[in-house]
Amino acid sequence: MGMGVDSRSQMAKRAAEEIQSGMVVNLGIGIPSLVPNHLSAETMVMFHAENGITGMGPSPAKGEEDENLCNAGGFPVTLNSGGSYCDSSIAFGMIRKGRVDITILGSLQVSQNGDLANWIVPGKKVPGMGGAMELAQKAKKVIVVMNHCDKHGNPKIVTSCSLPLTSSSCVNLIVTDLAVFQVTGEGLLLTELFAPFNVEDVINKTGCEFKISQNVRSIPY
Amino acid sequence: MENPFGKITTLERVLELFHEGMTLMFGGFGGVGSPPALIDGILEKGVRELTLIGNDTGFPDIGIGKLVSRERAVKVIASHIGSNPIAGQLMHDGKLEVEFSPQGILAERIRAGGVGLAAFLSDIGMDNELVSKDKPRFQLDGKDYLIETALTAEVAIVYAKKADEYGNLIYDKSARNTNPIVAMAGAITIAEVEEIVPLGSLNPEEIITPGVFVDYLIPSKGVNWKWAWE
Repeated sequence: MGMGVDSRSQMAKRAAEEIQSGMVVNLGIGIPSLVPNHLSAETMVMFHAENGITGMGPSPAKGEEDENLCNAGGFPVTLNSGGSYCDSSIAFGMIRKGRVDITILGSLQVSQNGDLANWIVPGKKVPGMGGAMELAQKAKKVIVVMNHCDKHGNPKIVTSCSLPLTSSSCVNLIVTDLAVFQVTGEGLLLTELFAPFNVEDVINKTGCEFKISQNVRSIPY
Repeated sequence: MENPFGKITTLERVLELFHEGMTLMFGGFGGVGSPPALIDGILEKGVRELTLIGNDTGFPDIGIGKLVSRERAVKVIASHIGSNPIAGQLMHDGKLEVEFSPQGILAERIRAGGVGLAAFLSDIGMDNELVSKDKPRFQLDGKDYLIETALTAEVAIVYAKKADEYGNLIYDKSARNTNPIVAMAGAITIAEVEEIVPLGSLNPEEIITPGVFVDYLIPSKGVNWKWAWE
């Protein structure tokens, strides 16, 4: 199973296909942070950060960092044209009000009905939920981008999450290094496959049953 | 510099306001926008048994993390402590009580405290035991909500880019973060500022925190810690 740079980039590229001009998008850390690399220059997106930035731009060149312009993870970013600052309560007001169109985040497990478990790593100290609950519960569309299996080869897509939930029934789309699933009212629907994987591979590496679209797309990258 | 409202003072003078066992609210997000001279002053004065309220516990040597990692706090109310492993260890060892609130709910609890409200209704984390445990519920229009209580503090400390002599504040980019809400929620609010300008020098349309909420101003020498990305 490919877990290299290529598969991370492929997943980010697939998630980027969901983004349309005019959207407000919040990206989690890890693979989601690669998504902007796959957007065309014509796609006008306002990237949102929980600390209070709308219209966040890419990381500055080394030496150009501004210590007072950082993303929610504390790392230097830039501001795109048309961007603005607000306080954190307003940044979360945007989320709760449904003004954030898409959030793209990583996860430890996702269940067949879209439950998200991404805030407590087993065996680690509870770090707190940060802004994950509000984003999972209130963003209009929640996209999970993650490897299909954990490092021990266990499926991360499961019938019911064994890890504590961040939020229940909130995930809309799952992008893994093998496939893409839509979360529907009747469970998961396999809609796309990354080469060289086939339906059989996905069945073998998925911890729950799922339906298969009549026209499974073969992702051309 | 004129001081017509008596708000401009020194670090030494405001340090008198900090004492053992007090509740202290701080501005900042991952250390960005936290007031460095005030934090160092509280540290050097040796104030202990603090209850700290703010977005997160910074990094071990950045922002409020300096106080947390030197065991000056007995309790923190925050949205996460993930960037400060010492806070995690202290919590694990039973030396630090941590109350977690979802980040935006924490911000709103601070804002509510700052605008004189006792509580508000929220549907965030209703199905999460850590969030919903022991919280009263309220039904409105057939839907269940959690009652989230307001937060206030004896003293609130914030970091701003510029103040006028009345304490009207403007911030610098994303260093604004929780500062405007924290500034409202203290019984006493102290702003550490990079520059103090005469009355009338700030554009009234661009003031973020009205000086009404600010009791004391002290000058800053800027951040004295090394950032994680440096």
